[in-house]
This record gives sequence, structure tokens and C-alpha cells, in this order.
Amino acid sequence: MRAVCWNGKNDMRVETVPDPEILNERDAIVKITSTAICGSDLHLYNAFIPTIKKGDILGHEFMGEVVETGRGVKNLKVGDRVVVPFTISCGECFFCKKELWSLCDNSNTNAWIAEKMMGYSPAGLFGYTHMLGGYAGGQAEYARVPFADVGPLKVPDGIEDEKVLFLSDIFPTGYFAADNCDIEPGDTVAIWGCGPVGQFAIQSAWMLGAGRVIAIDRFPERLQLAQSWGRAEVINYEEVDSVLDVLKDMTGGLGPDRCIDAVGMEAHGTTLDAKYDKAKQTMRLETDRPHVLREAIMACRKGGTLSIVGVYSGFVDKIPMGAAMNKGLTFKMGQTHMHRYMKPLLERVLNGEIDPSRVISHRLGIDEAPWGYKTFCDKEDDCIKVVLKPDFDGRGHRQHPHHRHGTNGGNGAEYDA
Amino acid sequence: MRDDVTSSSYQRSTGSFDQSLTDYNVESEDTGMIYRVGQAAMIVSGVALVALAARRATGHRLVPQSLAQRASDAVAPAPIETAITIGKPAAELYAFWRRFENLPQFMRHLDEVTDLGDGRSHWVGKSPLGFKVEWDAETVEDRPNQLISWRSLPGAQIHNAGTVFFDEAAAGRGTIVRVSMELASANPVGQAVGKVLAPITERQVTEDLRRFKQLMETGEIPTIDGQSHGTRSFIGAHVHNPL
Repeated sequence: MRAVCWNGKNDMRVETVPDPEILNERDAIVKITSTAICGSDLHLYNAFIPTIKKGDILGHEFMGEVVETGRGVKNLKVGDRVVVPFTISCGECFFCKKELWSLCDNSNTNAWIAEKMMGYSPAGLFGYTHMLGGYAGGQAEYARVPFADVGPLKVPDGIEDEKVLFLSDIFPTGYFAADNCDIEPGDTVAIWGCGPVGQFAIQSAWMLGAGRVIAIDRFPERLQLAQSWGRAEVINYEEVDSVLDVLKDMTGGLGPDRCIDAVGMEAHGTTLDAKYDKAKQTMRLETDRPHVLREAIMACRKGGTLSIVGVYSGFVDKIPMGAAMNKGLTFKMGQTHMHRYMKPLLERVLNGEIDPSRVISHRLGIDEAPWGYKTFCDKEDDCIKVVLKPDFDGRGHRQHPHHRHGTNGGNGAEYDA
Repeated sequence: MRDDVTSSSYQRSTGSFDQSLTDYNVESEDTGMIYRVGQAAMIVSGVALVALAARRATGHRLVPQSLAQRASDAVAPAPIETAITIGKPAAELYAFWRRFENLPQFMRHLDEVTDLGDGRSHWVGKSPLGFKVEWDAETVEDRPNQLISWRSLPGAQIHNAGTVFFDEAAAGRGTIVRVSMELASANPVGQAVGKVLAPITERQVTEDLRRFKQLMETGEIPTIDGQSHGTRSFIGAHVHNPL
């Protein structure tokens, strides 16, 4: 099969690799019909996250059709249409049982590495370094899904892939960000980052009762989408002297009640601290650039909530903890506890409450993935979200569909060679 | 005093972290550099550096006194102490462990264990460096659902003795499985080797317990062996997870 493989900094290549196989009884194999590139994939593309190896298959936002199941999978059958969450959860451990699905004790094959960096290991993820399990990802024609009796969400036929694909990560993540804010009716929610996750956070903030949503970014097409689709008031931080002053002004001196960081470790800014981060990171003296984190801490009203879904991987400098502590802020953060949100959000999509496909700006064949990564990273061509379709040849034409080669374990269907 | 302990422990973990991540960072030289230079920066800013080899924690002795004697005679490496909480009743975990034939399922250094009856058993495994080792052992104490204590019999290449405890965890969280063991080699070369390899061996036992938890809670041990991947670098193709 064709798969998108990491080959070094800014070097993604589409290679022909063996088709995946059932390795454990609770596995399933999914033939992928749509998959996407995530903002957090860019941290891997830019080589900011350790323990990635040349040849690793990336991708953690995917959906498709079940083509084989292991003996231990009773709830799925061949032919089922599923969306697969990016986190891998066993369903049995202390954390899964508490619905802290992204903290599963049992899915990280290399828990010892994560423990060295973090003290304890979170769940394994698809396509996101060996520190988080080393699992092959879903920017490919097929994927092996561990604990398939827990993760994959069945979706009905009759609704396009593009409307449900984002249940794999970014829609639940934006919703988780807003949910973590504990929004009280009428609250003002400020959201840093108008990428796809930020856009879903904007949508979700309204769903959860916000009275006002203010979105912050610098790319015109993203600010435009936040206004037209998100009905948000927008701040272009490159056009104002101080985001903090503008937010204070807009809120009559109170400050936003809830602040969402949907940017994370590769924050860009124009202020002195942002330049400090860039310099230190270039000299390898700081691993993450927490410009948005600092700004959100300073901007948030007293007693407010900071909700962090932007990905961080290492260490940050010069965080105004004094401001955070003395203003009595609440911090909530994490990788999304996917299994809490996938079904309820699917319902909202099926009801017509929201059309997630609004974030898609590019639809490519898998062989164009390297171009997709570069365009997404450099924010060229008005790029907001790139979807890859394994059976497109890049000009919107369906190719001859790939037939899967390999052994037939479990109750897999027959395929010709 | 507390600060010294904290900072030196931090230094130790940062040091070994660097080494263990070397395998994965060959391609991504920049990110490997982050941690090496970042660590140097912290040294410069005045944090005390404690050498990794010099820092060994010594724990409580939980093995029988006679064995402790034998172990100290052989100038043993520090005892191994490790524990994990498993969300299953002690009876279930004890029963699985007591069938020694099950142990190779989650103990990677073991190939085969045979219960010979009369409290004796035969063990076949691999040393941390990969050499085949075999020994006979006897069960010193066996308290159902509570603990199993064993020791290797005279003539073993590597003396080992220990106890696995099954203690109820608080708040209905299951069972704390604790392993306390000691290794000692019969010959001087083995002693020296044993001392150096002890840190790896303790980590092996910790990983064995993690696999035991995975097996007991989920019915399987997560793996990526045999999964798809693209072209590896030379080192990437040959270096595998040693645990």
C-alpha cells in the first residue's frame, strides 16, 4: 500500500509499504477512505518532537471500512463504516474507566520513554512518535487499529466522509477545549488560533452557552472563516499594538472569562517574548514556544479559566505563574478524551446542527501529501485543512482501487492479489 | 538538603533520558541536540551535577536473612524494588503468577519455566546481554493470594531470590503487585557485570510488571512488532526496543 512516511525534517515521502496485519486479537484492519493532516502533525514535520524514526507512517485522523477483525473484536464486522479516534484506549484500566481515555495505562508500547519525560505515560496515539507507542498512522490506504472493540465509532451510510471525518480528532478537540472552560451562560470566550481546532472551539463555545466569542489569529482566510462560519469577533494580532489592551477594551475592563489556547508549542508572535522564544528555540535552549500561553494567562479575567488543547511536548520558559496564581486562574488541559464526545457530536452532525466540512480547503490524493504538508505548514494557498483521499489521483479522479495483499487472519474477507 | 535530592534525581533522569533517546534521535539530530544543550545550560546555571553511576538508591531488605547473607557475600548489586497497581483482585493475579509456566508471557527475559513439583522449578532465560541462562529454583514461601517467595538453588549461574507481594490497593483500585528481588553472581566477573547491569535489570522487572498489568487488565500486551513502516535508516533498521 501507499503510505506517508516521515523521512526527516520537512521531508515527508509517500512510500510503498507492506499492508498492515492483525497482530493482536483485539485488532481490526480498516481500509481508509479519507484521512487528514493535523496541525500537530506539523510539529513532527518540523522535527520538534523527539523519538520519531525515519520510515514512521504518520497520520491520526482517519476513517474507512472495516476489512478484517481479530478474534477478540465482537462489536465490529467486515464492511462496517467507522471513524477511528486518534487516541488508543484499552477500556479496562483505571483511567479509561474514569473516562480519561487519553490517559490509558495500557496502550503505550513504550511507556518507559514517556515516563522519563513526564513521570507517567499517557495513552498511545496513532502516528505520533515512539514515545507515544510508535503505532503506524492513518495517512495510508490501510491501518491496523488496536483495541478496535473500544475506539472506532460506527457511522451510518448516506452521509459523506467529509462531514464525519473530523470526529477522529479536531471536532472533539475543539469541543473538549470549550467543555473544559466550564462556560457559564453569557460568558465571553477568547480563542487563540483560528486553525481547524480553533474553528471547532468557536463552534463549540456557542453550543455550550457562550455570550460572546473573540478569535485571535493573523491569517486573513482563517479570521474570515471565524467571522463568517464562526460568528466570532476577530483580532488580527499583527494589526494591533497589544492584544491584551484590545481584549480589555472589548470586555469593558473585565477581560475574557474563558481563554482557549488552540495554538501550542509553535506559537508565533510579534512581541518581545515571542522573539525571545524563537531565539532560544533556535539555540536549543527551549523546546516549546509558549507565547500564547503567556498572553492568555495575562489576558484572562480574575477567577477565569484557561483551557489548553494546543500541543506542548517539552519545557517552557518565563511563564507568569505569579499572575496566574494571584488571579486565581483554573487551568484545564490535555489530549482529548475522545470516547466521551464522538457519539454526541456525531448526533449533532446527523441533526444538521453543524457541517464540519466547512474547514476543508484542500482535497488531495495521497501522493500529493508532501505538497499538502508544505502548503499547510507555510499557510500558503489560503490553506486551512488538508484532506487526503487514498483513491484520488490528485486531479479529483478516482483511481483503480487498491486490493489488499496479505494473509487472512481472523475473519477477514478474501482479496485477490 | 531536599533541593539537592530533587535536583540530583532530576539530573540522573535527564542523563539516562539522553542515552535512551539516542537511538531514536539519530535522524532528528536537531531535537537530540535540544536536550543535550539544554542540559548543559542547566549545568552552567548552577544546578549540581551528580554522576549517574554514583547514584544508586538502596531499598528495604525484604528477602529472607539467609539469602541476604549469601547475597552480601557475593557483593551483589542493589536490590530491585518495583511495584505496579493492577485493577484485578489479588486472587486472580496470584493464581496466574503461581502457574510459573505463565511467566514467560510477560517476562521477556524468560523463555520457559517448568514446575517440577515439591516446590521446585526449572527456569530457562536470557541474561541482559542476551546469553542463555538456566537454573533451578525452589519456592521458599507460598501464601495464597498474598505472596510467593523463591530462591535459586546452589549451582545457579546467577543467584536470584525474591518475593512477589499481592496487596490490596486502597479505594477499590485492585491490587498492588510488588516485586523485591536480588541478584548475585557466583564468580567475580559476573559480580562486576551484575553491578553494571543492575539498572537495566531493574527496568526489565518494571517492564515485566507493566506487561503483567496489560495482560491481566486487557487480555493482551500492546505491540507494534510486525506493523507496517517505510524505509528505515541503517540504525533504525537494526536497533530494537531492548525491553
